[in-house]
Amino acid sequence: MSHDTSDNMPEAHDASHGAVATHGDPFADPGLPAHEPRRTDIDERAAKRAERQVSLLFIVSMLATIGFIASYVVFPIDEIVYIFPIGHVSSLNFALGLTLGVALFCIGAGAVHWARTLMSDHELPAERHPIEADDELRADVIEQFKTGAAESGFGRRKMLRNTLIGSMALVPLSGVVLLRDLGPLPEQKLAHTGWDKATPQNPIALVNMNTNKPMKAEDIIQGSLTFAKPEGLEEDAEDFQVQIAKDALMLVRIAPEDIKDNQSRELGFEGILAYSKICTHVGCPISLYEQQTHHALCPCHQSTFDLADGARVIFGPAGHPLPQLKITTDEQGYLVATGDFDEPVGPSYWERPR
Amino acid sequence: MSSASGTSTGATKPSSTRAKPANKVESAADWVDGRLGIYTLAKSNLRKIFPDHWSFMLGEICLYTFIIIILTGVYLTLFFKPSMAETVYHGSYVPLNGIRMSEAYASTMNISFEVRGGLLIRQIHHWAAIVFVAAMLVHMMRVFFTGAFRKPREINWLFGAGLLFLGMFDGFMGYSLPDDLLSGTGIRFMEGAILAVPIVGSYLAMFLYGGQFPGTDIVPRFFTIHVLLIPGIMLGLLVAHLILVFYHKHTQFAGPGRTEKNVVGMPLMPVYMAKAGGFFFLVFGVIAAISAIATVNPIWAYGPYRPDQVSTDAQPDWYMGFSEGLIRVMPGWEISVWGGHTLNLGVFIPLMVFPLVLAVIWLYPFVEAWVTNDKREHHIADRPRNAPVRTAFGAAWISLYLILLAGGGNDLIATHLHLSINTITYAVRIGFFVVPVVVFVITKRWCLGLQRRDKEKVLHGRESGIIKRLPHGEFIEVHAELSAQDKFKLTAHEQPQPIELPAEVDENGVARKAGVLAKTRSKLSEGFYGESAQIAKPTAEEHAEITSGHGHH
Repeated sequence: MSHDTSDNMPEAHDASHGAVATHGDPFADPGLPAHEPRRTDIDERAAKRAERQVSLLFIVSMLATIGFIASYVVFPIDEIVYIFPIGHVSSLNFALGLTLGVALFCIGAGAVHWARTLMSDHELPAERHPIEADDELRADVIEQFKTGAAESGFGRRKMLRNTLIGSMALVPLSGVVLLRDLGPLPEQKLAHTGWDKATPQNPIALVNMNTNKPMKAEDIIQGSLTFAKPEGLEEDAEDFQVQIAKDALMLVRIAPEDIKDNQSRELGFEGILAYSKICTHVGCPISLYEQQTHHALCPCHQSTFDLADGARVIFGPAGHPLPQLKITTDEQGYLVATGDFDEPVGPSYWERPR
Repeated sequence: MSSASGTSTGATKPSSTRAKPANKVESAADWVDGRLGIYTLAKSNLRKIFPDHWSFMLGEICLYTFIIIILTGVYLTLFFKPSMAETVYHGSYVPLNGIRMSEAYASTMNISFEVRGGLLIRQIHHWAAIVFVAAMLVHMMRVFFTGAFRKPREINWLFGAGLLFLGMFDGFMGYSLPDDLLSGTGIRFMEGAILAVPIVGSYLAMFLYGGQFPGTDIVPRFFTIHVLLIPGIMLGLLVAHLILVFYHKHTQFAGPGRTEKNVVGMPLMPVYMAKAGGFFFLVFGVIAAISAIATVNPIWAYGPYRPDQVSTDAQPDWYMGFSEGLIRVMPGWEISVWGGHTLNLGVFIPLMVFPLVLAVIWLYPFVEAWVTNDKREHHIADRPRNAPVRTAFGAAWISLYLILLAGGGNDLIATHLHLSINTITYAVRIGFFVVPVVVFVITKRWCLGLQRRDKEKVLHGRESGIIKRLPHGEFIEVHAELSAQDKFKLTAHEQPQPIELPAEVDENGVARKAGVLAKTRSKLSEGFYGESAQIAKPTAEEHAEITSGHGHH
């Protein structure tokens, strides 16, 4: 290497004592330390012992692999055993995992032990070369590139160059456009739920999520939280998951005098309030209810809503109250909804009116 | 190589003048060499020197867990059905018998309970993924704190950080595939976050999910991304990363005989091959054993996903915990813009901070190089104490990460330590701003203290534990002088000076103002290398003065 590396590679230590060989420099590099032999280098019996240890590890590995195959055949897949202190585990999983673990670990341990005790441990220096090319090579390559560029006429024919850049910049757009059919346009899909088919003439009954039966007002006990879905939405429906992601209701009954929000009280029926179960933060279902305070908490990110106060956010990252559904009873006394939520349920988005 | 003699004499003579191979192995090698040129390739690499340091195994763990993930991942694809078609479960896990679920969930149940060894492979796959991301983070910390990212290795830092980010996202995707109650909650969270993007949010959500949440496309789409797209990119990055490691050679710590221009260690063949190859089996073995003992992601306990149900303790895997923390502790700011449009800052700000946190890591080498104006190659690794500002910055960054992780696990902290969840959240909000600053100051001072101790050791030797009584009655502890090796190690580091602003008037007396950028750079450089950021190393004169005179010890 004719190239001078001194301006590129710093010395190992700075100029104050940079000259390695300076006499009397207390911090000079003493050079590579002499090699110190290991026990196995000088004692053949120790070396033999190490050899036996390595072989033993490899033999244990072989036995463990046989054990793995035997476990696969012997243990039934549905057997659960209790193993202290892990607890109840599948015996097959436990046996397969441990035998495989031992089989692999012993190969590794044997190889490492071999390398550490029997292979040479002489440290050797190897030279480093600077990554950068020397000036001569650099000039040569640049000259070649310039020749190539001149021959292409890329720099001289400006129109050619500019139109090429333009076409190259635009062509990836076709790839982006092709992604359009990944999904439908949002339109008003996020704004409407399954309750929007309800009208005062054709109300939709609130169906208990657990019993699958419509409910009367007296079925809702004060201080309880009941989950409901619209009548006609069945679990085996093709779009059940999409529907329930928006339609899920929670019904809470609060003593009318405890309801702080007048509008909220009017939307309910005799203290029964129907709120969307979907958190307005990022859409987790809310499921934790505190009877005394009427607070509902989303377990995902801890947004807390005061159900007695129009489901106002009192803590956490949610940005607006839970939407409330207007409910009443039909002639037979069943709880029904007569329209959709007055605002979109779930997480907020750009087009959501505010 | 083949000689020209073959052409002149035709078929009667072999076309190579090479000596006859001594045995079968050599002749096989000759055959391959004639086609691939392996001898030229092996010449400089077979006995290539690798320096040895325990911290180099961190990168190895990343490589090996990645291989384990691919091996087990291929096995899982043989049984997994990436479909959200509805089915009713009739399998050997009784509690879920007769329950409606997706094919994806049912086939994951099948892998766990019907395929012999399937549960083990699932567990190894998940455990290896957890170890993979953890190892990448720790490996990255090693590279960061020792300054190993400096020229010429900045590009490899970019590749490495890219691998970390892709690994995190692929982990998130893989976690979502079984379509269990917990993973569905994660996907719902992602939808809510996407919806918060101004103007195009609802469009992006519809396109990604193939319609309204949850739809039926997300699992097959994630499957392709999880097993093909991201791993493909990662494999390419990984190969590039390793080629560069090979090309640059490892860094090494300062020590006797080690310079910027050499690399001291053991040869690839046989020592490093045996150690590194053996280590693969150690890692694989340990992960297999963990998978036998500790259950991770028991999807059967969560049940199939339904958008109106959720379990408490809904937690992402730990490496996504900081983004979860961001979303949990952010106040719910939601504003109306342009009459009737909603801007959900409470979700959008965390969504933007998330890539910002990653970008800071990614771009750090370039920021530091600009501030220090250091254009040289570096092959000697820094001891963290000798770069106090960088070390303090790294520590501050980690503390921020941990604070956010605590925010992401606020429900677990609340239930396990019996604390108010509101208090924890408020504490995290304050801690987000305060803790990194405090950690920065403490770490920097700590480093300077360690530098002072090094200087003390070099000049006065180390405490020998021997108490001596002097003739006039004074007791002193004898200090033993350090060996030449130790003295060299403790003084080998550089102590660059901060860059100075150019004089306010040039040589012709014309006023010339430094720009804002130049001033900022000078300030930052002062912070990096100024008087408050390093303790001057002992000089030969100081050493001579202390060690020569009488009465010294």
